[in-house]
Parts: sequence; structure tokens; C-alpha cells
Amino acid sequence: MTSETQAHDNQLFVKDLQESASLLVEKLQGNDYDEAARLIHSIVESRDKHLYQSVGRLTRGLHSAIVNFNVDGDLSKEPPEVDRSEIRDATDRLKYVIELTQSAADKTMDMVEEAAPIAMNLGQEASALRTEWGRLQTGEMSADEFRSLYTRMEDFLGQMESGTDQLGKNLQEIILEQGFQDLTGQVLKRVMGLITEVEQDLLSLVRIAGQVEEITGLHVEADNEGKARVVEKSSGEGPQINKDQADVVSSQDEVDDLLSSLGF
Amino acid sequence: MKILIVDDFSTMRRIIKNLLRDLGFNNTHEADDGLTALPMLKGGGFDFLITDWNMPGMSGIDLLKAVRADSSLASLPVLMVTAEAKRDQIVEAAQAGVNGYVVKPFTAAALKEKIEKIFERVG
Repeated sequence: MTSETQAHDNQLFVKDLQESASLLVEKLQGNDYDEAARLIHSIVESRDKHLYQSVGRLTRGLHSAIVNFNVDGDLSKEPPEVDRSEIRDATDRLKYVIELTQSAADKTMDMVEEAAPIAMNLGQEASALRTEWGRLQTGEMSADEFRSLYTRMEDFLGQMESGTDQLGKNLQEIILEQGFQDLTGQVLKRVMGLITEVEQDLLSLVRIAGQVEEITGLHVEADNEGKARVVEKSSGEGPQINKDQADVVSSQDEVDDLLSSLGF
Repeated sequence: MKILIVDDFSTMRRIIKNLLRDLGFNNTHEADDGLTALPMLKGGGFDFLITDWNMPGMSGIDLLKAVRADSSLASLPVLMVTAEAKRDQIVEAAQAGVNGYVVKPFTAAALKEKIEKIFERVG
């Protein structure tokens, strides 16, 4: 619509210009300088008016491009609510990415730090026992030493059992922590979508600005109205970064409660 | 037990596959969205479907609906493992006939519990 109005305005302006120009030539040839001066003045005025209109359109375009970023912002409000803008939303989403990656990195390192001494102790005890075992095989061991080796071996097997169990658990936790890649990926994809939208809106602005400069031009670019963001419901919404909202469940327990209320 | 894991993120497929292996399920197959999953399911032989919701192509909820609408698959147990956490989404999945719903990020215990519960119920 903006482009159509702009084209129409351009046409009017050029028509005005052409009429005034031929009139001006006529007046000049007829030596009517007063009237010619008045005509020149009106041409300038008409050019200014056209320019103002175009600048006004640019401003409105800029405004609506900014408002377009709003999720459910009130369009009549001036200035538009930045709190609910998509840019702010994207910032929150990116913050969530940082939190999630940080927590995954922390937990993974915690798990490794917890596991490393277990593995090291088991390894040290195993090599110490192996040395003792060697002495036993070569018959260098006294009966007392053998008794101590006997209990030490039993302890070690116990440690081995609980240690490997713990190691297995930590390894599984580490695997599970990698789920951040999926969750952050979903969020990042959304932010990428927004960036593409912002790019398109900025392009629209560039076009509007181009039209302002192109006072005499009649070539109007294709309709560049910002397309409404259609979110297909069935495609899902991605991770909820704000779990405090009433319509969002904050834990698996709440999911279970909701499902059991539905007869599950 | 032949299980199909559907998620567009390969990391998540690997995580679920790993947990299933720990639970003793080794026959797992993968698909990255509903469009690739559906023909695999129709190909037959699957006993269990674990699917994400938010995927390009065909979403998990649409896959669930397609499964329930297909007479040969209608009784296939379906567990949804997803980041979608809105109440109306969970209700929608329940109405579409999901057998279990796990929100990401989840614990190994939660996934195990839901899977066992489903198998208990479908026997």
C-alpha cells in the first residue's frame, strides 16, 4: 500500500511539475517575469511538499517496522512498548541459551571432576595390588602379608564395584547433559528467524528511503509491506524460557499431574 | 522390541538411544521428522514410538495424529519427549492419544519410569 501511495504521489508530483514547467516556459517567453517567479516558487513548494510527504512515509514505515517486532504490543501506544518487543524476547532467549550452555558445561565438568579421582584411585590400588600379587606368585610373601593382601583384595573388589557403578552413573549424566544442544538449537533457530525478519524490515526501510530520494522517479519497487508473523501452532513453540507463566508447566511432576487429571 | 526415535536434533536422538540401551533396548531406529518417520512406521515392525514435538517438515503432534488415524498403527504406544511445555499442548497431545509425555530437559529416571509405565499398561 505504501508503494502504491508513493507511486500515486510521484505521478501527481511529476504531472504538477510538467504543467508548471510548460507554463513557466510560456510566461518566460511572454516576458512575464513576476508570474514566472511565482511559478518557480510554487514548483519549489510542491517539491518540498512531496519531500515532506515522502519523509513522513519513511517515518511511518520506520515506526511500523519497529512495531512489527512487538509480540502483542499495542500499536496505538507511543512509543511502542519495548518490554514486549521480539528483540527483547530474542535477547531473553539468547540469555536462556547462555544459562543452559553454562549449566551443561558446569554439570559436565562436575561429573568429570567427581569421576576422575574414583578412576585414579581404582587405578592406583590396582597397580599396588598387582605388585603385591607378583610377590605372592614369586613366593616372596609372608603369611601375614598374604592375610593382609587377602582382605585388601576383597576391599578392592568392593571399591571396584561401587566405583564403576558411580562412573557409569556420571557418564550417563554427562550424556544426558548434552540435551542442551537440542534445547539451545531450537531457541537459536527462532532467533535466526527473527534476524531474517529484521533484515527484511530493514530492507523495506531502505526501499522507503530510496523512494524519498527518488523524487522524480516513477519506478516503484514491489510491495514491501511487512508480512505478519504466522506461527503455525502444530509446529510447536520450542522450549519455554519463562517457566513462571501460568499456561506453562514448570516440571515433569506438573505434566504428570495434568495428565492424571485427564484420566491418564 | 523395535523402537523408533524421532527428533530433529541428532544429539537428542543419541541421548535417548543411549538411555534406551541402558534400559536394555538395543533395537532402536531414528528419524529426523514426521515425514521420514511415518513411512518407516508404515513399513511395519515397530513396537514403540518416541517422538519430539517441534520439528520441521511434520511435527510430532501431526505424526501422532497420523499414527492414530492409520488402522495398522493406531494402537502403537507413543511417548512424547519434547520441550513443548504449555498446558494446552499437553492436553492436545493427550486428546490426540499420546501414551506418555516427558518434558525436556528430563532425567534418566523420568524417561525410564514413563517407558516402563507405558509397557506395563499396554502389556
